[in-house]
Amino acid sequence: MKKEMLLGSEAIAEAVKMAKPKVIPAYPITPQTHIIEVLSEMVDKGELKAKFIRVESELSAAAAALGASSAGVRTFTATASHGLALMHEILHWIVGARLPIVLLNGNRAIGSPWNIWTDQTDSMTQRDLGWLQLYCETAQEAFDSILQAFYVAEKLLLPFMVMIDGFILSHTLEQVVLPSQEDVDTFLPEYKPEYFLNVDNPMTFGAAAKGDLFYSLRKDIQKSFERSFDVIEECHRKFNLIFKRNYNLIENILTEDAEIVFVVAGALTGTVRVAVEQLREKGIKAGILKIRYFRPFPKKEIVESLKNANKIIVLNKSLSFGTSGTITQELKDSFYYSEKKPDIYDYIISLGGKDVFVEDIINLAENIDNLDKYKILWR
Amino acid sequence: MDFREVTKVEYLNQGDFACPGCGAGLSMRHALKILGEKTVIVMPACCWSIIAGGLPTTALQVPLIHVPFAVSAAVASGIKNAYLAEGKDDINVVVWAGDGGTFDIGLQALSGAAERREDILYVCYDNEAYMNTGIQKSSATPPGAWTTTTPLGNPLEYEKKDIFNIVVSHNPAYVATACIAYPDDFYKKFEKAKNIKGFKFIHLLSSCPPGWKVDSQDSLKVMRLAVESGVFLLMEKEGELETKLTYIPDKFIPVKEYFKIQGRYRHLDDEFIKKIQERIDKRLKKYL
Repeated sequence: MKKEMLLGSEAIAEAVKMAKPKVIPAYPITPQTHIIEVLSEMVDKGELKAKFIRVESELSAAAAALGASSAGVRTFTATASHGLALMHEILHWIVGARLPIVLLNGNRAIGSPWNIWTDQTDSMTQRDLGWLQLYCETAQEAFDSILQAFYVAEKLLLPFMVMIDGFILSHTLEQVVLPSQEDVDTFLPEYKPEYFLNVDNPMTFGAAAKGDLFYSLRKDIQKSFERSFDVIEECHRKFNLIFKRNYNLIENILTEDAEIVFVVAGALTGTVRVAVEQLREKGIKAGILKIRYFRPFPKKEIVESLKNANKIIVLNKSLSFGTSGTITQELKDSFYYSEKKPDIYDYIISLGGKDVFVEDIINLAENIDNLDKYKILWR
Repeated sequence: MDFREVTKVEYLNQGDFACPGCGAGLSMRHALKILGEKTVIVMPACCWSIIAGGLPTTALQVPLIHVPFAVSAAVASGIKNAYLAEGKDDINVVVWAGDGGTFDIGLQALSGAAERREDILYVCYDNEAYMNTGIQKSSATPPGAWTTTTPLGNPLEYEKKDIFNIVVSHNPAYVATACIAYPDDFYKKFEKAKNIKGFKFIHLLSSCPPGWKVDSQDSLKVMRLAVESGVFLLMEKEGELETKLTYIPDKFIPVKEYFKIQGRYRHLDDEFIKKIQERIDKRLKKYL
């Protein structure tokens, strides 16, 4: 174990190296390019024994990952924004083929107009695919989540998308505790799938399926998502045992007695932590519900942790035009069968990297009586 | 290579879904006889997506993966690299794609894989239109040909895309054209492609009785007429060597003979056919 100062992107690359994927197909796009630059250097230096495929598009990056994973090896790729959107068709196919690929997405807005800065539209619009989704707050969490993603994905045979906010996390130096390779190998043994493209046991994959069969295959995917809660819990337990860091589906920060709870996903959580501290000093009982897993969406855990809150402000960095902020939708859905229904404020806090300062969050809590819970709220 | 030397083992099961007389079905059967059991087939959307059968059945005795339309060469790259990462260097990873998946929607992935010198074999069975969706024009459709999206015939100002030379411009290890109506030449080229390391591309002319509007029993005949008239040239380019024709008829027959037995060219007048003949003659001069 050692501590190092690393960029978020470097932390990701270190985690990927220690997870020992055999194939990494990748295409550069801001703000994830650092990750694949570091990985290609690791491969060239022989520190990471993997094949790095310099593909000609993100569509092909996803497709080459599909191929490698179908051949039975651990596979990683990284992208962002337009890249993720271009992958969309293949991302569907990967789910149906039950391939446990891990993909790192550096959250970034999608044009037009061009914008390289962070929001969560790119990954939130991929939420119905059947990929697990996890949003990271810190470089350490990003490092740990990559290892956890391979663990969970390979147990469930479902692909896993890990999100870091572009620049705010990808390009920021933070202290990261790096575990020993031995510990990582204990947590994450070599991936050995039962079925893969094998000339000694020839099979056909992905041939046309009629309604009955197709329907049952889709139902299996949902069943795996329902089972995923147990697998994720098992993953967190083992992770804590080996690495001594505890994780959950969500994180509760002072929610127990909070009257106002901010719901947030990603690096913005850090800013909200500072705001909540200052609000508490002013006598306002504020708390934070940090969404870590967005797929599966932990409805039960969320409702339980918000049981004392009367007012909830959702800090969305993506929006489903014509309805509401993406996280707000999911949150409201979670409360449908709950006895208590708190006021939920649907706030679009930032898109395309619009800056969010501590004062912005404090102002929100202080002016909560003036907020309209029936409308989408804009700054 | 003589057909008597070719294995009697069948890697294509009985009961596939090919139309009677399908050139693509026949081509797969014979290609697999050469490629053998250490072969993995990567298949984008194409007629063969149907021919291979639906879950839980399959027409092939070798591993087969169906993949989205645009990306077969990229998927094949991923598979090959996974095998190489595991130290398995002896598996033929073969893309089996139609002309739509090669000339049109899959061209970028094909170009990428060729440029990266991926050690894969890309086979395009070219039936000169989107036949699986019911005969729509692709960029492999020749001028004059009727399709449902060129109901008056594909205009004369269009040219079938020169896929052979597009691939050649990437300097791959091996590029060839072939046609199962000339089995010895076909076998020889698959044998070569199997044994050469690097990116290999084989462009197959593949007759389509319903799409070309020919009788099923004339399926091989129409392919022979394509070659005998110089419409489709049997050729290859190996590494740094010059492109060479691998079969030259004693005397090329007029293109009219090739057009005559196909309903898709029935509407053409003599003036149109004359212009096509001039193009063929001009192209032949380049290679003879």
